[in-house]
Amino acid sequence: MRLLRNLIKTFVAYAFLAGSISLLAGGGVVNPYWVQILELACIVAISAQGLNIIYGHTGLFSLGHAAFYGIGAYTAAYLMKMYGGQSQAAFLAALLAGGGAAAAVACLIGLPTLRLTSDYLGIATLGFGIIMKVVFDSADRFLPELGGARGMTGIAKMTTVPWVVFFLLASLLVVRNMIHSSYGRAILSIREDEIAAETMGIDTFQYKMVGFVTGCTFAGVAGGLYAHLYAFLHPSNFDFFKSIDILVIVVLGGLGNMSGTLVASFGWIFLLEGLRVVLPPGYVELRWVLIPVLLIVTMLLRPQGIFGTREFPFLRGKVYR
Amino acid sequence: MEYFLQQVINGLQIGFVYALIALGYTMVYGIVRLINFAHGDVFMIGAFIGLYAVERYQWPLTAVFVSAVVGCTILAVLIEQLAYRPLRHAPKIASLITAIGVSLFLEYFTSLRQVFGPNFYSFPRPFAVVSWNWHGILVTNIQAVIFFVTVFCLLLLQFIVFRTKMGRAMRAVSFDYVTAGLMGVNVNMVISFTFGLGAALAGVGGVLYGIAYPQVNTFMGFMPGLKAFTAAVLGGIGNIPGAVLGALIMGQSETMVSAYVSSAYRDGIAFVILILVLLWKPTGILGTPRTEKV
Repeated sequence: MRLLRNLIKTFVAYAFLAGSISLLAGGGVVNPYWVQILELACIVAISAQGLNIIYGHTGLFSLGHAAFYGIGAYTAAYLMKMYGGQSQAAFLAALLAGGGAAAAVACLIGLPTLRLTSDYLGIATLGFGIIMKVVFDSADRFLPELGGARGMTGIAKMTTVPWVVFFLLASLLVVRNMIHSSYGRAILSIREDEIAAETMGIDTFQYKMVGFVTGCTFAGVAGGLYAHLYAFLHPSNFDFFKSIDILVIVVLGGLGNMSGTLVASFGWIFLLEGLRVVLPPGYVELRWVLIPVLLIVTMLLRPQGIFGTREFPFLRGKVYR
Repeated sequence: MEYFLQQVINGLQIGFVYALIALGYTMVYGIVRLINFAHGDVFMIGAFIGLYAVERYQWPLTAVFVSAVVGCTILAVLIEQLAYRPLRHAPKIASLITAIGVSLFLEYFTSLRQVFGPNFYSFPRPFAVVSWNWHGILVTNIQAVIFFVTVFCLLLLQFIVFRTKMGRAMRAVSFDYVTAGLMGVNVNMVISFTFGLGAALAGVGGVLYGIAYPQVNTFMGFMPGLKAFTAAVLGGIGNIPGAVLGALIMGQSETMVSAYVSSAYRDGIAFVILILVLLWKPTGILGTPRTEKV
């Protein structure tokens, strides 16, 4: 009964969000440019929820999130380009395949590297990110369709508002339910104190893998959506700075805070685009001077993130409600 | 064989520059456990100060180095006091994000047209290039300058860290800053000094880089910075000889891959080596394993 009620609630929320945005866009109230930015913000939010699981909840310092985003993007785009055509079902399959590919690579990378601690893990994942950038750059040597450093073209424009809202809600649902399950408790205990968790009989390595792979899957799905939003992929979309972008979002929102990550994703993307509009022509290059200043000031004033530990009601666990 | 030895020499050239940057990372990390992402950009500022000193004011070589050292030291101490010090007791990630913010700020602020500008600038050679041919291997006086300046800096650093009072304070703070503070060490000053010392070396590195690869740009600090940091981790972070060793390995691997495989893989190889080494020794080649205490 409770499950049914929750499913209905989620469906109503989905229909309302997707419907209203589509209507506003269709009716010409919001111009297509801003709708695209909104879609991008949703995609970034999905990817950020993924890093939030990895870093915020499990406490694994990862500086290579964009690599998994890229793996998902290239996998989904390649499958769609070769076999998918314009079919919506194929699109869903390609997105899931993108997530699957990211998860598979995450397993391979996680097996050796998750034994490293804090900063060393960060550097190893950073290294993995740089290696993947080199791989994307020279991808045309083994698969010409991927385009390599020239960028990948000929991707169908499949990403729409209902798709991104669907995956965003799904990701929030998965994170919330996961964190408030026994898996989630185990994962949080690793972040709080690994040795204590181990003493309580938690197989820390296994749960770290669960956290890492889930987070990377999110990035992979988000990457697939991204590939079909702009219909063009370039290795520079998945470089170190993109990993940093997501990290900044997660930290600004407050580590391990779902609401904060959600708000910070939208805030960050709209800030980047908004400054483009607000700044007078000729001063647009000031954008990247103002943003770091804002970032530094925010960190100095609120080192625990904008939201700290408060959550939106619909993201809280049963216990707190 | 000559080709191989020639590549070894080229690898040493870049390796020494990486070593100068890596030392700053390793010292700062050893003391405050912060990956100072802005360090690569301090290196860039050093190169630009060198550029102005050589091109606009035509100072002698020693004055060029001194100006870069002074400029970078002041900048790094300012950064430490304004951006990192208020966050010393905040969660570590807050300082890291701030460091990234400082790095982006330095890159984009200096690329404004009113500051240095966004273009690539050619770095004039401050002296005529002479090259010696030794059994088919070319060695230039640029490489000789890089070698001697780096070795001089390393010896000086070794002296400061192991033979002076300040060096002893640095080692004490890096071992345990709370206890060091209780023993009367001025922790704030030691941390500022460490940032300044690292930046001074990066300044020297920036000028050398400008002389050896005569093109500078405000975004040039990013990749060398990242590789130098990787080198520091490779050698065992917090360990001074380790940073130099890591940097030399980094320089060699990069040069060898460009020479024998493809320059497309140049940026990747260093990190492949890093991951392999970390799997074998999780704290780097010369790093000492730290046992976790409950």
